[in-house]
Amino acid sequence: MSEFSTTRRVAMAGLAGVVALAALPGRALAFTTAEAEALIDKVVRDINRIISSGKSEAAMIRDFEKIFVDYADVARIALLVLGPDGRAASASQKSAFTRAFQGYVGRKYGKRFREFIGGRVEVKSARPVKSFYEVRTITTIKGYAPFEVVFVVSARNGRFIDMKIEGISLVKSERSEIGAMLDRRRGDLNKLIADLKTIG
Amino acid sequence: MFVVNSIGVRIVVTASALVLTACAQAPVPEAVFDPNEASNRKMFAFNQKLDRALLAPASSAYGEGLPPGVRRGVSNFSDNVDLPGTVVNKILQGEFEDAMHNTVRFAFNSTFGLLGLFDVATGIGLEERDTDFGETLHRWGIAEGRYVVLPVFGPSTDRDAAGIVVDFVLNPLSYVVPSPESNVLPVANVVSRLGDRYEFGGTIDAVLHEGEDPYASARLFYLDARRYDLGVEVAEEDLYDLYEEAYE
Repeated sequence: MSEFSTTRRVAMAGLAGVVALAALPGRALAFTTAEAEALIDKVVRDINRIISSGKSEAAMIRDFEKIFVDYADVARIALLVLGPDGRAASASQKSAFTRAFQGYVGRKYGKRFREFIGGRVEVKSARPVKSFYEVRTITTIKGYAPFEVVFVVSARNGRFIDMKIEGISLVKSERSEIGAMLDRRRGDLNKLIADLKTIG
Repeated sequence: MFVVNSIGVRIVVTASALVLTACAQAPVPEAVFDPNEASNRKMFAFNQKLDRALLAPASSAYGEGLPPGVRRGVSNFSDNVDLPGTVVNKILQGEFEDAMHNTVRFAFNSTFGLLGLFDVATGIGLEERDTDFGETLHRWGIAEGRYVVLPVFGPSTDRDAAGIVVDFVLNPLSYVVPSPESNVLPVANVVSRLGDRYEFGGTIDAVLHEGEDPYASARLFYLDARRYDLGVEVAEEDLYDLYEEAYE
């Protein structure tokens, strides 16, 4: 715990300067590195609570979906994942897709949480990149090499827009997966929305 | 054995000549370069069948039949026999400190760790610093090449596939340990793979068998994870442009 707060303090001190520099030209960011880090701190606390709760898989999936809805920019992630096809969608299709997608993510990734039981996630550092912040976390599970999960937090609204597990982006991989699903349904978005409710 | 030996020696000699001269930067790879997608998909389908028929049942028999401590031991042993190979690669990459680090790790685990069955080194700060010949080639400025799906091994690239072959020849243990004992090395690797298959079964199933286009997922996962390991900042720009797009 003390190592954790030291790392954080050092990171914050170092980054305060970077933020000041980054904020100088052009637009001022509404959100700071410290805030981005605090947000992911909360996410991580919730994740740690889930993986140490000993709850059933179904309950973990529900809890994970809640984290996703509470802290992620779900509507924008859904739009990104839908790709160019998303632009042609109507407002009601977009919101229906967002809801279906959020359940799909909860199920698909919530299931993986079983593998994290007994592990711990810690926020290590944060840095501004363009109009986003990258918040680095390290997950340690006994007997395995620690691995890195990076959350990409938007400076505009303080929600995370992506998470990258050891370099694998959720947005990028789901964009490929959802794209394939849509192709298989000959671009029928309504069919995809209906099917997505049970996939994952 | 003779043939393998002389090839091995030749590669090491050529390689050490190269390491002195080459400090080139490998070209930044294309997002996905998969010109042989049709034949790769066939091989991927074959691997899926193989996994369903052989690997998954064997790994659950292995996983359920043995206590976790024994599986851990097999995995440690396999990692340990790979260490001399990583030392050679670290030297070829000019990473002499890491080479020394892995040498001491090997010495500790081979003795106090009872021939590598226990990983005592990590506890005293000698954690694994893994590498392979694919990474060495990357350091020498060799391009990643095409995405390929290898039989049994699965996703790879031209560069990494060459690396797998060379790593097999490069491991000094395969010369020091006389046959038939040297057969223990590949066997340990195969058995250790079964352990990984068991431990990460859920994730492997998700990538290999679930989803609507597991081929595309496996390709994306392999390329991105590998580039991340090698420290290649590829397509990051594109990804940030993509995020930006969402706010327009």
